[in-house]
Amino acid sequence: MPRIRVEVDGSSYEDDVEPRLLLVHYLRDRLGKVGTPVGCDTTNCGACTVLMDGLSVKSCSVLAVQADGREVTTVEGLRAGHPMQRAFHEEHALQCGYCTPGMIMASIDLLRENADPSEDEIRDGLEGNLCRCTGYQNIVRAVRRAATEMRRPASEEVTS
Amino acid sequence: MRPFTYARAATEDEAVAACTDGAAYLGGGTNLVDLMRLGVAEPARLVDVAHLGHDRIERRADGGLRIGAAVTNGDLAADRTVRAEFPLLAQAVLAGASGQIRNLATVGGNLLQRTRCAYFQDVTKPCNKREPGSGCPAREGEHRNLAILGHSAGCVATHPSDMAVALAALDAEVRVRGREGTRTIPFGDLHRLPGTAPERDTCLEPGDLITAVEVPPLRMPSRFRKARERASFAFALVSIAAALRTDVPGGTVTDVRIALGGVAHRPWRARRAEERLRGARASGEAFLRAAEAELEAAEPLRDNGYKVPLARNLIVRTLSGLVAP
Amino acid sequence: MTDRLEGWEKVTGAARYAYEYPLENVAYLAAVQATVARGEILAVDAEAALGMPGVLAVLSGGNAPRLAPVDDGELAVLQSRRVAYRGQFVAAVIAETPETAAEAARHVRVEYAPEAADVLLRADHEGLYAPEKVNGGFPADTESGDPDAAFAASAVRVDATYTTPAEHNNPMEPHTTVALWEDDGTLVLYDSNQGPSAVQSTLAEVFGLEPAQVRVISEHVGGGFGSKGTPRPNVVLAAMAARVTGRPVKFAVPRRQMWATTGYRTPTIQRVRLGAGLDGRLDAVIHEVVAQTSAVREFAEQAAVPARMMYRAANRRTRHRIVRLDVPSPSWMRAPGETPGMFALESAMDELAVLTGVDPVELRVRNDAPEDPESGLPFSSRNLVACLREGAARFGWDARDPRPGVRREGRTLLGTGVAAATYPASTRPGEAVARAEPDGTFTVRVAAADIGTGARTALAVIAADALKTDLGKVRMEIGDSRLPRAVVAGGSAGTSSWGTAVVRACEALLVRLNGEIPPEGVEARASTADEVRSRQKYARHAFGAHFAEVAVDLDTGEVRVPRMLGVFAAGRIINPKAARSQFVGGMTMGIGMALLEESIMDEAFGDHVNRDLAQYHVPTCADIRKIDAVWVPEADPHLNPMGAKGIGEIGIVGAAAAIANAVHHATGARFRDLPITPARVLAEL
Repeated sequence: MPRIRVEVDGSSYEDDVEPRLLLVHYLRDRLGKVGTPVGCDTTNCGACTVLMDGLSVKSCSVLAVQADGREVTTVEGLRAGHPMQRAFHEEHALQCGYCTPGMIMASIDLLRENADPSEDEIRDGLEGNLCRCTGYQNIVRAVRRAATEMRRPASEEVTS
Repeated sequence: MRPFTYARAATEDEAVAACTDGAAYLGGGTNLVDLMRLGVAEPARLVDVAHLGHDRIERRADGGLRIGAAVTNGDLAADRTVRAEFPLLAQAVLAGASGQIRNLATVGGNLLQRTRCAYFQDVTKPCNKREPGSGCPAREGEHRNLAILGHSAGCVATHPSDMAVALAALDAEVRVRGREGTRTIPFGDLHRLPGTAPERDTCLEPGDLITAVEVPPLRMPSRFRKARERASFAFALVSIAAALRTDVPGGTVTDVRIALGGVAHRPWRARRAEERLRGARASGEAFLRAAEAELEAAEPLRDNGYKVPLARNLIVRTLSGLVAP
Repeated sequence: MTDRLEGWEKVTGAARYAYEYPLENVAYLAAVQATVARGEILAVDAEAALGMPGVLAVLSGGNAPRLAPVDDGELAVLQSRRVAYRGQFVAAVIAETPETAAEAARHVRVEYAPEAADVLLRADHEGLYAPEKVNGGFPADTESGDPDAAFAASAVRVDATYTTPAEHNNPMEPHTTVALWEDDGTLVLYDSNQGPSAVQSTLAEVFGLEPAQVRVISEHVGGGFGSKGTPRPNVVLAAMAARVTGRPVKFAVPRRQMWATTGYRTPTIQRVRLGAGLDGRLDAVIHEVVAQTSAVREFAEQAAVPARMMYRAANRRTRHRIVRLDVPSPSWMRAPGETPGMFALESAMDELAVLTGVDPVELRVRNDAPEDPESGLPFSSRNLVACLREGAARFGWDARDPRPGVRREGRTLLGTGVAAATYPASTRPGEAVARAEPDGTFTVRVAAADIGTGARTALAVIAADALKTDLGKVRMEIGDSRLPRAVVAGGSAGTSSWGTAVVRACEALLVRLNGEIPPEGVEARASTADEVRSRQKYARHAFGAHFAEVAVDLDTGEVRVPRMLGVFAAGRIINPKAARSQFVGGMTMGIGMALLEESIMDEAFGDHVNRDLAQYHVPTCADIRKIDAVWVPEADPHLNPMGAKGIGEIGIVGAAAAIANAVHHATGARFRDLPITPARVLAEL
């Protein structure tokens, strides 16, 4: 059984894993990081999105062994009150909440590529994440809001 | 998922040596892992080839590009040179998958994607591609999004890659490291038509490893476009990658490339249409005649006849857009 | 504008869905599905699976615990050798890890004696019959006046057949159960459902237990849209597996398995005949519906029911016929009945508008019904006309050129369409407890389920109002069958039913409170059974109007919806923030219905071929552009103490018709079969 070393949400883990163990099950069943849900099992819905070395991936189609030596961030590892989380909460960008962790992680990655996306760029950029409840309107609004906040200089953020 | 062993190769030699019978290379895994979960692919060993140093895009002496096989789709689409000089390639990659998939999927793996034909993906049903000789239920069953060109009695699958359609139009070449050494395959020869051996998507032999894609310079306007049911996140009904050059604006066509996706078992280079157009005046009517000439060979199935006018319209529209952007 | 109470938990990944309860010694289940559509199981060979390390048990018909029979044949899991449809659960593997369970399930060999299967719905199917009742308890057929004669004598006639395909609910959270049996024989289920009380009573029946011996916990539920309204085979299977292995068992139905086992909207074939005068006033309405059900469960989609109350007409017939096919059981999907039915009726109204030259908004206004046409009951409130007028003004409808196929921008045709919406406003009996705590806060308990609707928050708002206190002082406890019994979150009756009980409990509590609250607190319980049963007779319905703009690509046949507006009359809106999202979410599912969603039946094999979210297209973010929902003020004293109508379903009703009507306006082609795909559009351009 291969041994992997992974940094997840700021903590280091070293584990023996079966090669067929998927990253999402490693996170959920082995590490107890159940904040990342599984929606479709087949790389479609995006609910299981996490960041691997800062890039969004669908953790239901990544083998845990592929994450060896990498840094994984789940929704639980965002710094307390991340602007994206606040924006999703305040803009009511969720209903059932099941797509929300993945939607938030994908949105954070979207802003890495484009710090000030237009509404249409957000709509196209979030194509890998399905929401069945909200009709996406508040999600788009939340990403815009978070983008504005995250572009602000840190000093301003502290005083605001 | 059937248990398997995993090896991370550090060099090409190691990778090829490790890829013995029953093994498969793992790039990003975005398609392969799904197929393993479905029981469609059951490799006994995965050889991870994401760490061989094939992750660079280099400028060639002739102005073309050498794209490492492990370059991710995300890096390829974001590359400034690709965006500026090969816009059809960047557009195809962006249209091809969501951000999460692009971050992981590699160029080599993208080319070796398997068809999304529903029967291929369902191990409880026959499929000649998955289980040679078992039959092709798609021919009489659900085939709305399957092939209209070049299919055979045994298989009507389409190749799912958008990127491959752009590379077909670009006259790219594929560099392959095999058990017998390295070789270069013209892009048009990489993917096969199904014929009597639909289980073979490509001409690659066991152990062959794609190491890079060579792209000659293009130097003419180009565009990728994809028709799909929903606005994003869907495989092409029909896609097109095209490039066109005229001697003077609105003048005679001096060079043209047209490749179609979603219509055949491989990216479909529209050679007949290109031949018709070379030397012809660039006009909507010429584009239409060329498209019709290409699609004369179409043999639509019961429920996918719409792809013929769709392909025709996309050819005309895209070429028209390239002469009058 | 109240923030969702559990919003922060959901954005931080702290909200626990069924699968995620931390339990010791858990085992995992993977199910085996039938690979024939009809036949008999001859043998189940579990040897290979049992030989795999980590496999704890393989359940099949031969060794599964015997269950008590219940009405829903879907719950007789592993009780018979008969296979009723392809994909039915025929065996299950329980193992130490999910990977082992899934792999072992692939190695369970089931031998069948297959029989010819009948899986295709046809309007002339010889097996069609009239069900005793259709869903919702309505009669299958109604008739008033002489509809055939009136139709034949009408100056203007629409006679058209519309079809809608099978559609799958596809909540983002799969149907999930974690089952465990406690030492005292209590069955505990952490389960993803729309009503813990219903799961409790049904599972008690299935396993021969007292309801008190079953506890169902459903604190957070990742969507349902009807598919989690009744317990599914997965719950029974998980409970059986837990009993056999003596371990807690987790089972999340894989997305691909959901297609056969967790319900879907039946395909429909609907013939609508409208007879009208030259002024568009209806004289005859005939709506006849054909739909399917399965061999193990009768479900009759009530698609012609809205035609009974929507428009005034002296002569009317509605009729439902269903046929038992060898297919998975259809069930509730968001606004069952109204959703497919109003696609047909509102498309036909648009055809009538075109034929008569009467503006489609005006046509609906002209035919507005002053009282319920069939029962003669007064409407408790009916503001369809207000919705149409308000929407027309906001959408810019008055400037519309009615001619089809004349608006072109480059290679795109543009058009606009309208359709009306309606959904019953029901209130059902239930119970609630309100409790004053010594620290000045309140706890309100009801076994409601928040499947994403915002029920938890809405109920807290309702309680705070009733208690005349701040929202921050109210703690809502829902999602547990130990709480006071409640109806399912379904039929848009959740908030009105639970809310009524909550208000009455709070009122009772206020009566009891005088002065200091003792350390043990003060509690009041209310049951609304008498109140709900003794209500005055009214026709209670919500109404709405959809306005849609479409862009049709002439070359590709792609249809996009750049703009859509819904206007609703649904009584008092309790939490505008959540309500707008509910409406827009329903409209979005309507866009999916109009353009994308279709589960394709494979005639040769008897299952749906496109069983994942890559092949079954739900709308993505890019499909939903400028879309908004608003509401007209509506004070209705005949509903419930809140004056509220349900809002979970009306958003989808009529939405697909508005889009189809807009596509007609854009192209001049009428699309009577959903979804309106590029393949269909290209054939007409």
